[in-house]
Amino acid sequence: MNLTLFVWRQKGPEDTGRLERYEAGDISTGMSFLEMLDVVNDKLIKNGEEPIAFDHDCREGICGTCSQVINGVPHGPEGKTTVCQLHMRNFSDGDTIYIEPLKSKAFPVISDLIVDRSALDRIIQAGGYISVHTGGVPDANTILVAKHDADTAMDAAECIGCGACVAACPNGSAMLFLAARVSHLAMLPQGRVEAKRRVRSMISAMSKEGFGNCSNHYECHAVCPKGIKLSFIAKLNREFIKAFGYVAEKDSAARPADVSIAD
Amino acid sequence: MILDGKCPSGPLSEKWDKRRSEMRLINPSNKRRYKIIVVGTGLAGASAAASLGELGYNVEAFCYQDSPRRAHSIAAQGGINAAKNYPNDGDGIYRLFYDTIKGGDFRSREANVYRLAQVSNNIIDQCVAQGVPFARDYAGYLDNRSFGGAQVSRTFYAKGQTGQQLLLGAYSALSRQINAGSVRLHTRTEMLDLVVIEGEARGITVRDMITGEIRSYAADAVCLCSGGYINVFCLSTNGMGSNVTAAYRAYKKGAFLANPCFTQIHPTCIPVSGDHQSKLTLMSESLRNDGRVWVPKKTGDNRSPREIPEEERDYYLERKYPGFGNLAPRDISSRAAKEVCDEGRGVGPGGRGVYLDFAGAIARIGESVIRQRYGNLFDMYERITGENAYRQPMRIYPAPHYAMGGLWVDYNLESNIRGLFVLGEANFSDHGANRLGASALMQGLGDGYFIIPYTIADYLAQRTPGTVTSEHPEFRRSRDERAVEIKRLFSINGRKSVNDFYRELGGVMWDYAGLPRSEESLKKALELIPRIRAEFWENVKIPGSGSELNQELEKAGRVADFLEFGELITLDALHRNESCGSHFRVEYQMPDGEARRDDENFCYVGAWQYMGADKMPELHKEPLDFENIQLSVRSYK
Repeated sequence: MNLTLFVWRQKGPEDTGRLERYEAGDISTGMSFLEMLDVVNDKLIKNGEEPIAFDHDCREGICGTCSQVINGVPHGPEGKTTVCQLHMRNFSDGDTIYIEPLKSKAFPVISDLIVDRSALDRIIQAGGYISVHTGGVPDANTILVAKHDADTAMDAAECIGCGACVAACPNGSAMLFLAARVSHLAMLPQGRVEAKRRVRSMISAMSKEGFGNCSNHYECHAVCPKGIKLSFIAKLNREFIKAFGYVAEKDSAARPADVSIAD
Repeated sequence: MILDGKCPSGPLSEKWDKRRSEMRLINPSNKRRYKIIVVGTGLAGASAAASLGELGYNVEAFCYQDSPRRAHSIAAQGGINAAKNYPNDGDGIYRLFYDTIKGGDFRSREANVYRLAQVSNNIIDQCVAQGVPFARDYAGYLDNRSFGGAQVSRTFYAKGQTGQQLLLGAYSALSRQINAGSVRLHTRTEMLDLVVIEGEARGITVRDMITGEIRSYAADAVCLCSGGYINVFCLSTNGMGSNVTAAYRAYKKGAFLANPCFTQIHPTCIPVSGDHQSKLTLMSESLRNDGRVWVPKKTGDNRSPREIPEEERDYYLERKYPGFGNLAPRDISSRAAKEVCDEGRGVGPGGRGVYLDFAGAIARIGESVIRQRYGNLFDMYERITGENAYRQPMRIYPAPHYAMGGLWVDYNLESNIRGLFVLGEANFSDHGANRLGASALMQGLGDGYFIIPYTIADYLAQRTPGTVTSEHPEFRRSRDERAVEIKRLFSINGRKSVNDFYRELGGVMWDYAGLPRSEESLKKALELIPRIRAEFWENVKIPGSGSELNQELEKAGRVADFLEFGELITLDALHRNESCGSHFRVEYQMPDGEARRDDENFCYVGAWQYMGADKMPELHKEPLDFENIQLSVRSYK
């Protein structure tokens, strides 16, 4: 099939950027969306033009690297699918497709469709973990975890950190991302110990990075390639309320991460 | 040269304890004076960087991805082995050790493999403590399943996303150390050179993938955790960015590359759908627990699978290997699939596929159980192929998946270059000629969490920290050379894209140096690869410049290394006149078509030394001594 593409081209963060038109000819329905872009790029390269820069790696929907907004929707039209797993059979001959980077204040554009999502890493670094050292831990079956809790934790842990939720949210909120991490760890007895500190530090990191708040638009869930449930945002809010009265460290980054703080 | 793996003496089960008790330690307050570079943030790199940071070392971690959480370990599906014996089915450390040695067709080092089996249990404990949500039963205990070629249920899993969950565990530990300031993280940074001064690894040269800046970092030791090189086949199950460059540059600086011809072809991947194919997708082999593999008995039978009656189907794995059936090890299953397709009995477009059929399992235990076990895999299959595997059998075909070979290391995971440690898939040490399912995750985390923290201390304790800086002439030379190399790539300004050459190389590797191989085919590859390489350096086109984000330049550098490295794989495969594990040479087979190993002449690790451009590399051998187990024919019949 033959397609018309309008692709966001931007040299760097300083450039204003613009949509440019490309024709994608001879595209087969079995191709993935990124393979379609490979074909377009190969032609550009041979014509001496700069290919479209886009992030991608595993191309099997798990690494969370690919990050494009297709016809206004992060990861494109097919539900619960990353761009790399989106296949051209979802499009028809003659279609016009608009391809843009994930748009959010917290994700500055690096080049074309590539954005800087390190803000998400910094939210995890602020406390999205269990503070355990390597070694000296009990046998794995010492602490039992109810199957339901383990399964719920796993459902939350499926988040691939792609940032589509942020780009889809009118507030540019990273709440679904945070909710997935906070819920995953809060569901497990190993994670309960630090639950209060974790939710406070992660939320304060989120605000510092310039992400907005949740006002129940549910766009995040609609575009999430892993179908992370909205109920985890409710869980995040509950965990946040439970942490009221907990005194957040004023300068947690400067202190060793394993200092324990009395509630 | 005869290489020494420096394994401790004494009984197998006491070797690691013995070594640990002999190793030097570093005073806690002195550790921060030592700088350690960790390249790669997959399971091996993230677990190493986190553990070393926790101990107080000054760690610099590097990855080419935009976040450490995206390393390709994340794509591992099936699970991680451990000798816990929770199911009470007869497992134990010795059995995991034995299965791994046998699975690797007796081409790995006994002491390393035994240690791996020993630490396997610690890994599970560690991961659970980190909050890895492994599958559990209704009583709240951890669940296990049997996986690829094992007769016990020793595999721990988190749905079909075990690699993801383990990596997120290691990434959490790493993130905690970044927050604590003990690890500095450099994302979108690619290692382009190893800097060796007076025989010791003293740092690396990198390219900042956003600004194009060439920088160097000096350290007291370097850990390469840069993954495997199976992308030399172009089409593989690895991530698009997975490459050999870090390891190959170390090889060019004198590190030996061991057993490069041991390349694993995974039996259960989604078949190629056309010329546009950019990568291959693995379907976890856990599917083989419930799926039955078959092809039509007749050649060219193009009826739809459901119309082919039972008696006209050939369940060839069950027929040939009744003891293991559909769970036969990877190398054996892959070869069998290729054979039936070569006979013209393959299914799907181009006849390059076999069926993996769940009809029986669905009838036996119900669709909902199958959905619970493999739902995400069935969904992924449908997204890619447009077919519903609950209604019709999946089509699968072998694909390059994992590299057992890698940089040579001794028992301490140190290469022949002092101070260069190699962990995870990037080293060669534990899987011999074939890796068993669910063992890669175990090795990556074992190396990073439980081995390197001990062995690197022993090395560092003998050294004064911080004796060189990145202004040393060797570092300057390294930066200059890299800049010249990049300039040279741009100056070619030819007509073909990097991908054109990459596909050509991949095609040659698959057709002539893949599965199976013969003297004739390998010689053909040795003729073709230098031709592609020569044309690459005359006719490749890379748009843009080196001083900006340039994905074509990144790819060109990697493909340039693959174009040399492919030849090394071929040389290694040609020299190894035997069949073992994944390395199947048609000249060396039993009358029944099974691999014919030659223990008398090839029971060694083949480690290659770089001798200069266009010069024949030199082969060094590390004899493999089996003190504890008897070499036997690896039969799964």
